[in-house]
Amino acid sequence: MYNFDFEKPSTIADAVSALGTEDAQALGGGQTLLPTMKQRLASPSKLVSLKGIAEMQGICTGDDGALCIGGATTHADVAAGAGAYAGLAGLAAGIGDPAVRARGTIGGSLANNDPAACYPAGALASGATIVTNAREIAADDYFQGMFTTALDEGEIITEVRFPVPEASNYQKFEQPASRFALVGVFVAKFADGVRVAVTGASEDGVFRWSEAEAALSGNFSADAIVDMAPGADGMISDLHGTAAYRAHLVGVLTRRAVAAALSLPT
Amino acid sequence: MPKDSGIGASPKRREDVRFLSGTGNYTDDIQVTGQAYVHFLRSDVAHAKINGLNLDAASAMPGVVKIFTGADFEGVGGIPCGWQVTDRHGEPMQEPAHPVLAQGKVRYVGDQIAAVVAETLEQARDAAEAIEVDLEELPAVVDMKAALAEGATKVHDDLTSNLCYDWGFVEENKPAVDAAFEAAAHVTTLELRNNRLVANPMEPRVAIGDFNRATGESTLYTTSQNPHVIRLLMGAFVLGIPEHKLRVVAPDVGGGFGTKIFHYAEEAFCTFAAKALNRPVKWTSTRSEAFISDAHGRDHVTKIELALDADNNFTALRTDTYANMGAYLSTFAPSVPTWLHGTLMAGNYKTPLIYVNVKAVFTNTVPVDAYRGAGRPEATYQLERVIDKAARELGVDPIALRRQNFITEFPYATPVAVEYDTGDYHGTMDALEKMADLSGFEARRKESEARGKLRGFGVNCYIEACGIAPSNLVGQLGARAGLYESATVRVNATGGIVVMTGSHSHGQGHETSFPQVIAEMIGIDESMVEIEHGDTANTPMGMGTYGSRSIAVGGSAMVRATEKIIAKAKKIAAHLMEAAEADIELKDGAFSVAGTDKSVAWGDVTLAAYVPHNYPLEDIEPGLEETAFYDPANFTYPSGAYACEVEVDPDTGKVTIEAFNAADDFGNIINPMIVDGQVHGGIGQGIGQALLENAAYDENGQLLSASYMDYAMPRASDVPFYGVDHSSQTPCTHNPLGVKGCGEAGAIGSPPAVVNAVVDALRSGGHDIHHIDMPVSPSRVWQAMNG
Repeated sequence: MYNFDFEKPSTIADAVSALGTEDAQALGGGQTLLPTMKQRLASPSKLVSLKGIAEMQGICTGDDGALCIGGATTHADVAAGAGAYAGLAGLAAGIGDPAVRARGTIGGSLANNDPAACYPAGALASGATIVTNAREIAADDYFQGMFTTALDEGEIITEVRFPVPEASNYQKFEQPASRFALVGVFVAKFADGVRVAVTGASEDGVFRWSEAEAALSGNFSADAIVDMAPGADGMISDLHGTAAYRAHLVGVLTRRAVAAALSLPT
Repeated sequence: MPKDSGIGASPKRREDVRFLSGTGNYTDDIQVTGQAYVHFLRSDVAHAKINGLNLDAASAMPGVVKIFTGADFEGVGGIPCGWQVTDRHGEPMQEPAHPVLAQGKVRYVGDQIAAVVAETLEQARDAAEAIEVDLEELPAVVDMKAALAEGATKVHDDLTSNLCYDWGFVEENKPAVDAAFEAAAHVTTLELRNNRLVANPMEPRVAIGDFNRATGESTLYTTSQNPHVIRLLMGAFVLGIPEHKLRVVAPDVGGGFGTKIFHYAEEAFCTFAAKALNRPVKWTSTRSEAFISDAHGRDHVTKIELALDADNNFTALRTDTYANMGAYLSTFAPSVPTWLHGTLMAGNYKTPLIYVNVKAVFTNTVPVDAYRGAGRPEATYQLERVIDKAARELGVDPIALRRQNFITEFPYATPVAVEYDTGDYHGTMDALEKMADLSGFEARRKESEARGKLRGFGVNCYIEACGIAPSNLVGQLGARAGLYESATVRVNATGGIVVMTGSHSHGQGHETSFPQVIAEMIGIDESMVEIEHGDTANTPMGMGTYGSRSIAVGGSAMVRATEKIIAKAKKIAAHLMEAAEADIELKDGAFSVAGTDKSVAWGDVTLAAYVPHNYPLEDIEPGLEETAFYDPANFTYPSGAYACEVEVDPDTGKVTIEAFNAADDFGNIINPMIVDGQVHGGIGQGIGQALLENAAYDENGQLLSASYMDYAMPRASDVPFYGVDHSSQTPCTHNPLGVKGCGEAGAIGSPPAVVNAVVDALRSGGHDIHHIDMPVSPSRVWQAMNG
């Protein structure tokens, strides 16, 4: 690890100001950033911890019924406190291990947008709104490919607003070593249609599987997508699975997510 | 009633008090006053010429003490290989030079280019980044068969090719074996790969070199399974330091699994640099570094053929193996695919004719050497897989086919040069069938099918050669070391005992189990006995711990030394009781005169030995301390039968282990709880190899699974609760304890059971599959099911 400065502001404004320094980097739970720095693969001049900002912590319900989660809220807190949105709480409960969940934050995960992370699938399938210090970004506009988002330099995710669906579920098939998602599928059924978001599979990062969405919006049942799978083109192929295998898993996990959503409470 | 002390009891492991409470003394815990830190600049390409190194900027960095390169080691010895294999034509293997730091060329990702010694580790890392390295990249050879092709790039320019040796065993048998295949009623053929593994002990390797200018003595603290072997190899062959000026200390060691047997360049470097700089030098491997600098294991590609007659008797076996050596010969690498592999190809079966061919190949990869089981898992895997395939081809029960061909009479001389002393293969199979509830399997399979899952049952047997090894025999086979073991038993004046053993414990529990043996022999409490190991300054020259040898060889040395103690103590007791020595009996810690009520306590005798006021000084010396060296007459041959039951999710290919049962014959057992633990750990590693672990290289020689993000270690949730049985005990006939050793069995016996079970499950689902290579990952299973 190279030397760096460290600041822990208590307001969003101070955090934004601290991030004005060249090569400064926001620090959420550090579950990706710190190992990367220890490997000397990242060398920020300054880390600005967001953990001290009270207004970025916690979960509440908005006037429109949406679940509002502070950007610095840990996975463990979402797992325990997002009971109103069981699909999302279930997703959070399955990220990493207890140590990761106790430190890692929703804002950190979404800002990093690892192509195998769980939260991007949850946010995209929910049609969540990513709230930053500067603006509100729809999930459909936010994710822009592997490790790439709509965030500008120094922009902080302060909150994420999740519309709560009628039914939902997240299914993750773990990569055997890292236990990140080899493929993860989040299915959310809203009154006006079904959204299906897939993580882990595509070279372009998290994506919506529109073919399944259309079929499921007409008939929200696993039978509606029997034998359906996205094409293997553009899917990741690596040591742990070919593109064809990943494409196949998308179909399997989507069916399982639908079945689970139907049998479990929202 | 289970015993509560002595042989056969299961006292809790006394070493765990310090291991579990953070009070162990591992090498990295040692801080030598004034120590500097070394960081190795390692090659990030697999094969390149070093055209130049510019150290100017790096040397001027803060805190840098000195930067060493290969040039500093000219005139210093290379890392030696401890075993010379002779090939089919009577020629010695090709043995390349193995410099401490790269000279002129790097040959694998991880090869040491330079070593930066600085005041702090971070300063050393900073400076290493400032070294300007001019590398001219060369094509890398990764695939073994490609490495042997005409015109392939050579890993070592001064060798004739990338072939280390072409070994035939038993070469004279080849024509008869080939003839038996011609005459066979059925031949089953299987091609498979034994996947390359990274050992991953919990504690990464560490080395601290120290030099005392006043005495001229060097000390190396290191994470080793065999400090005396390191002292001999490094002292005699690398640095030219005689044993009396070199002390090697391997204190608490957090797991070895083979990869801490070998003498590594980092050890030699730290010892050399400490003297050159006149200050201690410390190196602590990072986990990332361990992946590309610890010797790897396995990595065989094999074609095996089994010939059977019309009655399904095995008539001949023929194997053709390519064994990856990596870029250099690690300490015992040449012995693993040959003498630790070919000699086990008979397995538990009376196959009369066997021929084994092994081509050992240099590639631009991390050196490969012994890993838990070392050669024997590779032998067991191919043999037990081909037998399973034969059973399916012939439509016979895999267990019945095995039983039909079991060796039943002992001693049994195999056609591959070893003689099994004892065993009861039907006995272990009987125990296994009972434990595994074979009769209930069909009902369990139906239950799985009702849930959309495929269930499979796999069984296999294993035999291993442990208690390594008779020195004169291994000497004939090419070993450049003896393989006896030693112990000094020091009895103190008030009766307590310290045993200084040449064995080394790095998790095996010797500090608990060895005292049980002495307590049993003398009849005193185990708490009166301490075990010391790991420091060449206070232990007799011993060969260390690997090859499941500690209790069989080290324990036997301790027994022999204790027998000498008892014999002398009886002389003293006879003197004290004015009786004939022949009438003295030792029981429950007291000496008595047969047929009388006269007795003296153990402590009275030991006190007399050190306060010899009333003592037979004309006949015997004062004191009570004896040393014994024990060289075994033969290997020991633990054996067993293992069964695995799996469920396969046909939608995803994911395999879950539903049950794993192991029936082992380890001969006599000192501490059943420790033995259970050894079997559990071994099976866990075997399941890891079968389902998860894979050290995979790309075609450029980059290790793709170089961290836990891609190298899948087994976790608690990947393994079931094990059924373990060691009631079948045929004691070893040639060591005083009748023990066989248990450390490697689980890792040897479990991979074929897992793969046999997966194949069985898939076939039950109508998939015409005979083999899937390890690791049997979800994607491979799905691929196999879907063409």
